Amino acid sequence: MGLIYALVAVGLSLIFGLMEVVNFAHGEFLMLAMFAAFWLWALAALDPLLSLPLVAAMLGVAGVLVHYGIIRRLLKAPMLAQVCGTFGLAIALRAGAQFLWTPDFRTIANPLIAGRVQIGPIFIGEPQLVAGAVCLLAFVLLWLFVTRTETGLGLQATAQDRQAAEVMGIATERMAALAWAIGLGCVGVAGTMLSTFFYIFPDVGVSFALLAFVAVALGGFGSILGSLVAGLLIGLVESLGGLLLDPSYKTLIVFGLYLGVVIARPNGLFGRV
Amino acid sequence: MSLILEAKGLSKRYGGLTANRDVSFDVGQGEIVGIIGPNGAGKSTLFDLITGFQSLDAGRVLLDGRDITGLRPDRIAALGVARTFQKLKPFPNLTVTENVIVGALARTADMKSARDAALEALALVDLLDKRNSFARELSTGQRKRLELARGLAMRPRLILMDEVTGGVDQRTILGLVDLVLDLKHRGLTIVTIEHNMQVMMRLADRILALYAGRRIAFGKPEDVRKDPAVVDAYLGTAADAA
Amino acid sequence: MASDQARMLEAARAERLWPRPSRWAMALVLAGAGLLLAFPLLFQTSFSHHMMILILMYALMAQSWNVVAGFSGQISLGHAIFFGIGAYSSTVLFAKYGITPWVGLLVGMLISTFAAIAIGVPTLRLEGHYFAIATLLIGSSVQIVFQRWDWVGAASGLYVPINRTSPWFYLQFHASKVPYYYLALAAAGAAYLLVWKLRRSRFGFRLQALRDEPDAASSLGIAIARHKVMAFMLSGAMMSVAGTLYGQYVLVLDPERLFSAEISIIVLLMTVLGGSGTLWGPALGAAILVPLSEFSRIWFGGTGRTIDLIIYGILILLVCMWRPSGILSVVEERVRRRVGASP
Repeated sequence: MGLIYALVAVGLSLIFGLMEVVNFAHGEFLMLAMFAAFWLWALAALDPLLSLPLVAAMLGVAGVLVHYGIIRRLLKAPMLAQVCGTFGLAIALRAGAQFLWTPDFRTIANPLIAGRVQIGPIFIGEPQLVAGAVCLLAFVLLWLFVTRTETGLGLQATAQDRQAAEVMGIATERMAALAWAIGLGCVGVAGTMLSTFFYIFPDVGVSFALLAFVAVALGGFGSILGSLVAGLLIGLVESLGGLLLDPSYKTLIVFGLYLGVVIARPNGLFGRV
Repeated sequence: MSLILEAKGLSKRYGGLTANRDVSFDVGQGEIVGIIGPNGAGKSTLFDLITGFQSLDAGRVLLDGRDITGLRPDRIAALGVARTFQKLKPFPNLTVTENVIVGALARTADMKSARDAALEALALVDLLDKRNSFARELSTGQRKRLELARGLAMRPRLILMDEVTGGVDQRTILGLVDLVLDLKHRGLTIVTIEHNMQVMMRLADRILALYAGRRIAFGKPEDVRKDPAVVDAYLGTAADAA
Repeated sequence: MASDQARMLEAARAERLWPRPSRWAMALVLAGAGLLLAFPLLFQTSFSHHMMILILMYALMAQSWNVVAGFSGQISLGHAIFFGIGAYSSTVLFAKYGITPWVGLLVGMLISTFAAIAIGVPTLRLEGHYFAIATLLIGSSVQIVFQRWDWVGAASGLYVPINRTSPWFYLQFHASKVPYYYLALAAAGAAYLLVWKLRRSRFGFRLQALRDEPDAASSLGIAIARHKVMAFMLSGAMMSVAGTLYGQYVLVLDPERLFSAEISIIVLLMTVLGGSGTLWGPALGAAILVPLSEFSRIWFGGTGRTIDLIIYGILILLVCMWRPSGILSVVEERVRRRVGASP
């Protein structure tokens, strides 16, 4: 699970790192991805594993649209407006989903991958395993992209100093849109994979978003590696916590973790100064 | 002459970059001390270190003999130290008068006296005609004067000015120079960072020259100007001032 | 100093500290006040009373959010905490120990203030986004705690014991809603008066300064952390009052509703819509949104709640995109500018 958190977190981290805008609606996009996978399965009988690229692409496009349509305006506004704006988007999306698709829980039955696997003393569901592997793969791809390709480096440059990047001829506007596209694309991957073994319902994005925020804060805004590590860490803490205490206190534990880190190291473990 | 400010061995590093290395100087009561140096020499960082906006890696700062090292900026301000910022920070949603009132409120809790003190400060910087405009509507030169007025309304004993004449036209500069000299006559002690050597020569009683974070000279203007290390560092500027 | 400056100085000093409001503004305020006081006499239906009570309560709650977010710049996304604390404090004291809700009101305020300190001190030093996330987490956590805490009724909530004797002592009115109306009016009125004074006070100015430019504020002697916490405390106390009143009004406490994200959101939206950082913005927001919400519930029935939220969400987004400072900020700016015209 930690890997999923990590992937969602990476998307968020990218967006914040580039845009200095925290996307409070991130969880809702995850929810949308999950629903997309669900409907593709329900209506077109496409197994999530197969619809993965499609959903990721859809989210990517959504990312671009969101950036051009909404975010550009928000950037000119004070922080209050940025927080509230994406927050408002989140609410609208959540309520919209509830309105269109009812609050019922849904699952995808009979996925391609099913069953359990035993590793040592632990039972892990196969879907989770596959999901984890896919996410890891996505991470690696992302890492390679950002550090090895020219566009990727452009992204990093824009993240670090927008003005300097502009002066050097990098199309920062497009970089920003790209960041959103990739960020939401990551969410698309995560969502599709989640849909293979998790319940799908309108509010599902909320807890994941919170955890993603914590992961990003932990790992440092703008750091891909940080998000990975933080995501894994949170997954671990959560599972352990769930074993030791009443599962519903998980939020509190994660919160404690968040507070601890954010106070001790305001820029996260790997964050930029 | 009693010393208002003493800085001893101030040092600050960021990872591999040294912003200030072992900088020491002092400022006497009623003096104007100027700080010069090329960009990146660590001038503004020095101000940050003195006023508590950044923490010192080494060194001490004494105000009237009292150690203020490590104090929070608002505590230091309460002790009578005002400062302006190179990157101007007016309160955009308040009017000019209200901006200065915030400064005056450091000294008094009564709104009426704060308002009067603010008006006096505005009169000093010749900004009274703009007093009801919103701060965000001012030009750069006006904003610089606003920032100055705000600090002055605190009735400080020491004021640190960061590039007050930067980016303003010649006429405004002359006005500002007269203002600073006037402030000195009223008993204010001033430390000012300046790029403009002509202004510096007119104003400063002593000059601190910084280069790459270190102090390369400190003394009377004529001496500093002729100091070989200074001439070396500012080949062009020395020629300007000549 | 040039002589023309000296002359201007004399003239400026002679001016009133706070400009006299224009004649029509005074008339408007008086008319409004009169209308509010006479409302229950003019409109007799229970529904209209209910609506106004809600508007007043929300106006109070929105103003409390305004204090911490509009004036101090700290965006709290979990403000419902204080609302719930207020409601629970008075109800628990009353249900378990028979203590009059008036005392419960004060106790609620006290607890909220302490909660504000407990939450504020570690979190207010965080930068804006981090703080917002922290408040989200706290809001969520507190809701979970109350849903599990058996002493306060856990998920099934608490009932305020009905007592028909001595309504003013027990703060329950069963014959009509009118006393509730005046109570809400008094509470909201007190809050707005307080904020009006706050804006002209030393504390108020310093808060706005630290909201806009914390570095500059710090250099002018303003202790940032302390001021933020104080604003948070004040805000929490105000919200708590609304909570207690609400508890006594609906007589049923449900942690699902009381600590809900919905309340935190609505309070935010009302202020942002009406104008954050202004005096009347929150009230305007409340006046627009409460009727909207009530009527949508009537027209759309069961799904009313969801449609509410969709509209709220989109509204917030639109406001933030186009006019982040809210409706009234434009008006206020013009007023301030005109009133303070140069001689």
